Amino acid sequence: MSEAIEGDRTFVDKFPEEARIVRAALLSSFLALVIGAVLGIIQTLHRTDVARIIPSTDYYTVLTAHGVFMVISFTIFFLVGLFTWAVTRSLDRPLIDIRITWTWYAIMAVGMTMTGVSILAGFTDAIDMSADVLFTFYAPLQAHPMFYAGLAVFIVGSWIAGADYFRTWLAWKRENPGERIPLQTFMVLMTMAMWYIASSAVAASVLIFLLPWSLGLIDQVNPTLTRTLFWFFGHPVVYFWLMPAYLLWYTVLPKIAGGRLFSDPLARVVFVLFLLLSTPVGIHHQYLDPGIAEGFKFISMTNTMFLLLPSLLTAFTVVASVEYGARQRGGTGLLGWLTDLPWRKPEFTGMMLAGLMFAAGGFSGMVNAGMNINYMIHNTIWVPGHFHLTVGTAVALTFMAATYWIWPQISNKPIYSRAVGLFQVVLWFIGMALMSNAMHAQGIMGVPRRTAEPEYSGFEYATMFGGYEELNIQIAIGGTLLFVSTILFIGNLVLTMGNPKVSGLAETLPPALSGPDDAPRVLDNLRLWVAIAVTLVVLAYALPLAAIINRGGLLGPGVGTYPVWLAPGLDALANAATPPLAGDAWASLVEVVR
Amino acid sequence: MHIHAYEKLWLAASVLLILLLLGSVTYGAVGPGVAMVSDSEQPVDATALDEDERFSEPRVEQVGENEYAAYVVAFQFGFQPDPIVIPEDSTVTFYVTSRDVIHGFEVAGTNANTMVVPGEVSEITVETDEPTEYGLICNEYCGAGHHVMEGKVNVVSQAEYENQTSGGDGE
Ligand code: HEM
Ligand SMILES: [Cu+2]
Ligand SMILES: [Cu+2]
Repeated sequence: MSEAIEGDRTFVDKFPEEARIVRAALLSSFLALVIGAVLGIIQTLHRTDVARIIPSTDYYTVLTAHGVFMVISFTIFFLVGLFTWAVTRSLDRPLIDIRITWTWYAIMAVGMTMTGVSILAGFTDAIDMSADVLFTFYAPLQAHPMFYAGLAVFIVGSWIAGADYFRTWLAWKRENPGERIPLQTFMVLMTMAMWYIASSAVAASVLIFLLPWSLGLIDQVNPTLTRTLFWFFGHPVVYFWLMPAYLLWYTVLPKIAGGRLFSDPLARVVFVLFLLLSTPVGIHHQYLDPGIAEGFKFISMTNTMFLLLPSLLTAFTVVASVEYGARQRGGTGLLGWLTDLPWRKPEFTGMMLAGLMFAAGGFSGMVNAGMNINYMIHNTIWVPGHFHLTVGTAVALTFMAATYWIWPQISNKPIYSRAVGLFQVVLWFIGMALMSNAMHAQGIMGVPRRTAEPEYSGFEYATMFGGYEELNIQIAIGGTLLFVSTILFIGNLVLTMGNPKVSGLAETLPPALSGPDDAPRVLDNLRLWVAIAVTLVVLAYALPLAAIINRGGLLGPGVGTYPVWLAPGLDALANAATPPLAGDAWASLVEVVR
Repeated sequence: MHIHAYEKLWLAASVLLILLLLGSVTYGAVGPGVAMVSDSEQPVDATALDEDERFSEPRVEQVGENEYAAYVVAFQFGFQPDPIVIPEDSTVTFYVTSRDVIHGFEVAGTNANTMVVPGEVSEITVETDEPTEYGLICNEYCGAGHHVMEGKVNVVSQAEYENQTSGGDGE
């Protein structure tokens, strides 16, 4: 990080064009967050049977939209906004061509709108369109073609964004021969390199199989193949959400704490490890899949466990940097320094609470990763309990907290109410503690995820950590607090936008205690790391993919097509599939489906 | 590159933790030969299950002394057979497939849990003990009626089991 480059000028003073696009990306992100939160509260109250305001068949439209808006739209729009800021700031130069920047932003926005519309159209019968396939879109359930097309467009937009960052860096390199890549830019480039590798698989799955199939150009697909290609992307995308949060924890949090980053070289090592290890692990989502050999699952598990390493290292560095900050502020004692931290700042407290929840999420993640214990919790509500700690808090709360710090930098407007901000981040923490904890507990009882009515007619759940009903109440209260917290966040931001511009808001980011010159040069050798990453991916996936294609064929072993988007299709399916035995059950179901 | 002493200590502890985790899983599962869902079964044609020897008539069958095979078909939105009746104190292997979309097969409150993918057969083996009625749920979203997709796995006494199979012969 270059020192004091900002001087007294804020980011928007220096780079007004870039600041505008950062604001646009962040606002797109928050729009998705609000919609996601409204859907989130609807499904929370529905699942827990506190209030069922929609028919249960619409629950899956809500859930698809919640998943897609939260983890594709909210996270990735924030990411491109943050990365645009980070690259421009740390290279201290504008992007090469702002028209290209607007182009990728527009492409991403169009793609997400297409996908979003195709999902939300599921609420009305007036349009023959829907995409109730959840954000994992497992074939042979089939969405409207626009759902897949929109995703492809969105991903292409993100690729152009990545190219924009790389080209800006190359231009900087020509202007500054021999200099180390500034840390923030290094993090951005590593993350985008990982993203190219990861998203190639889902793009291939959509463009070669799912989109042509939804258009009727091919008859069927191989469900295990498209599922495996999804998870090829589906695990590293987790790190795509997380790495911007790490960027903030490494480069912004220490500054807010009054200190500076402990070690620049180690931060680089961590990002290199993420690039190398994020992708060859996706099969851990398929431990319970038939048609994939146990050996492949075991290899994936081994890689997964090693992927804990960069996160564990991050925990150390972040805590050490914050402690250093506290001691700079006069903190003493073994733990006494904790009281010398700026707990009144929402950006600080928010990020710290996010980090704390991430530690808890890490523990439940270790359980998920164990091939054997995974059987206990696979596809139970434990899993959403886990990832609402990770992406739903470590990432989401860090983004919201960081916004209190970054928004003034990109707009020259002070936050409307920092006190409300502080309340909001603490409220999120409490809400999530309640909701996630109860979800974990229900998961161990066997309560499934992704269902409108988790109570069944034929049996009752064993009581373990409090009864099923009691845990439902906790989930409902937690979800409600989260919803309120989101609304406070958005309200505060909207009021901030109405504030007049002021000067004197500029913040600088100090360099690390142990700077980049301590880092071996080889760390900056992007080609080398990408080459190793690709090799690892090939090693991890070539054999499983070949085996899957060999077993089921490229286009599947005789599997039908089940569109969720054509009402006549549904009827045909209802007639065709009626089993001899379940006549009564079927009749009542057709009622349900109507 | 300068690495702080505490940092080295932490790094070592982290690597140790990872190795312990891997070791515990290997020891706890792979070592004693606990079978996981794997690629042991050949693919089937999901659109032609009625011609399949095992799945045209989903059923429970005795295959050895105290050993049973249960052939189960999952579909939108139920399981066949329903209930799945199996005897106490026996070893039961479930062969589960789907004739339409992806489903889940979870015996609630136990770790008998697998994905059910059309075109593939999931094999899981369980040991039963006392007679109990378990709920069977689909834990993967499979369409608009997903939440009504449930079944039962009834573990019954040997006597009751025999009674039932002999009674069933006449059908
Ligand atoms: C307003 C706060 C939120 C509430 C009340 C909420 C509530 C829920 C609930 C109850 C579920 C489980 C539904 C089911 O499996 O039947 C769920 C699923 C999910 N949530 Fe949230 N959530 C919130 C925020 C978030 C955030 C911030 C993210 C990510 C950034 C997120 C990502 C997801 C994802 C990916 C799923 C899984 C969707 C699926 O299974 O297809 N949620 N949410
Ligand atoms: Cu994963
Ligand atoms: Cu289902």
